[in-house]
Amino acid sequence: MEYLSIVFQEVYKILFLLVPVLVSVAMIVWLDRRVWAFVQKRQGPNVVGPFGLLQSLADALKYIFKEIIIPSSSNKVIFILAPIVTMTLALIAWAVIPFSATQVLADINVGILYLFAVSSLGVYGIIMGGWASNSKYPFLGAIRSAAQMVSYEVSIGVIIINVLLCVGSLNLNDIVIAQQNMWFVIPLFPMFVIFFISALAETNRPPFDLPEAEAELVAGYQTEYSGMMYAMFWLGEYANILLMCAMGAILFLGGWMSPIDVYPFTLVPGAIWLILKILLLFILFALVKAIVPRYRYDQLMKLGWKVFLPLSLIWVVLTSSYLFYFNLLPVN
Amino acid sequence: MIAHAIFFYTFSIIAVVSAIMVTASKNTVHSVFFLILDFISISCLFIMIGAEFLGMIMLIVYVGAVAVLFLFVVMMLNVAQQKNQWFAGQQSSKHIPVGLIISTLIFVEVIIVIGGWKYKPEIFDINNSIAQTSISNTHSLGQILYTDYIHVFQISGMILLVAMVGAIVLTFRQRSGVKRQSYIKQISRERAEGVEVLEVQSNKGVKIDD
Repeated sequence: MEYLSIVFQEVYKILFLLVPVLVSVAMIVWLDRRVWAFVQKRQGPNVVGPFGLLQSLADALKYIFKEIIIPSSSNKVIFILAPIVTMTLALIAWAVIPFSATQVLADINVGILYLFAVSSLGVYGIIMGGWASNSKYPFLGAIRSAAQMVSYEVSIGVIIINVLLCVGSLNLNDIVIAQQNMWFVIPLFPMFVIFFISALAETNRPPFDLPEAEAELVAGYQTEYSGMMYAMFWLGEYANILLMCAMGAILFLGGWMSPIDVYPFTLVPGAIWLILKILLLFILFALVKAIVPRYRYDQLMKLGWKVFLPLSLIWVVLTSSYLFYFNLLPVN
Repeated sequence: MIAHAIFFYTFSIIAVVSAIMVTASKNTVHSVFFLILDFISISCLFIMIGAEFLGMIMLIVYVGAVAVLFLFVVMMLNVAQQKNQWFAGQQSSKHIPVGLIISTLIFVEVIIVIGGWKYKPEIFDINNSIAQTSISNTHSLGQILYTDYIHVFQISGMILLVAMVGAIVLTFRQRSGVKRQSYIKQISRERAEGVEVLEVQSNKGVKIDD
């Protein structure tokens, strides 16, 4: 009986985390399209519900009622598994995101490594989908995306090392608390910029959306997918984008901490601050989508390996020598 | 404790079954996917014994990077057909002695390790004392790696670096006749280099060298 009650408690906690995440994914799709439209002086989705807020729900309903087509020459098991993997990986990462000092599902010691590991697994959904479709465009898209995600993960990893040098712990709450006096975005500003661009590449967002470049590859790895399976890819993609924004907010923008440590601001719960910071980063993501043209593939790889990797490595050396010279290395 | 046992047996059964499936499945891409499943379940086992850093690094390095490259190579080379030919042909029997020798060696090594553990348990107490201290797994790993084993650690890093440089040198070849694009050159083109204004006489035309 005791076990059962523990299990039920955990299930409640997980539901309280996952349902808001899923709803906000739907809302964020609407926000993305809306921002994109406003940049181009259009209205965007504004018909369904107030300000078009229910547009994503209407889309989801449409996807549910569409037929799921499985190509006869595809590898059926892997073809069906691929969107499930994408979706699951995008959602399980939220387990370690701290919404305040105490509101976190799993406060593990290696939280940032867990986040990094899960985001690096995200490539499998795309590769599986691309390969199992057994068709040329999805396969090309999958190969592009694998190369792209592996190369940009390297620079994200090195940027995380920069932050960890200043924190001295892999726990996400420790990372947030270490920014009490100054957000890391100020001393590590170049790293924040590189992190933001790498996050764009890691989540296959424009201007780095070459895996699904519609002008060349139809829709890349999603070409053969339809109905709810396509919607799952799509939800997983946006959940990943939100996750990257949350990672940026925690690593550089002080996570759930209020920007100014004075009375009326500290009353606002940490979750609200974190959500506001995630939204800020997401609006930046959406603006980039609207105003930047797509990169050429060789330039994308060149940027990852020849610019970002050396820059972030040099910054690791700089940060560690600064911390060592002024005896600021965190000790616990 | 019961929950712990349930999780342990689940992960270890998945690990063993997927390890068998890596060799047994006929499609090479499926073998790589089973290999990935194996890596994941083993990293879960690492986390269960308290080696969370090792488990996460296993996930990041093996599953996140190495297995992706494996998949890449297997998908590009289309090894699946070749493997089927190996199975069909008489050639596969040639590989049996080599496989037997290697597996016997590994078996003997495992026997030695387990035997040593049973025979002299005090050797392994050193490791246990480290695991039971109050500091976290990551801290204790760092404290050992960068103090007692710094030279071994650095040397292994250097070996990896040398291997990487070697691999790049071996596969690097300068191909002639390949048109390369340099975006610095492309962006820094001036109007004077690209455009030429000519007076064209009627019925004569101009010769433009290209």
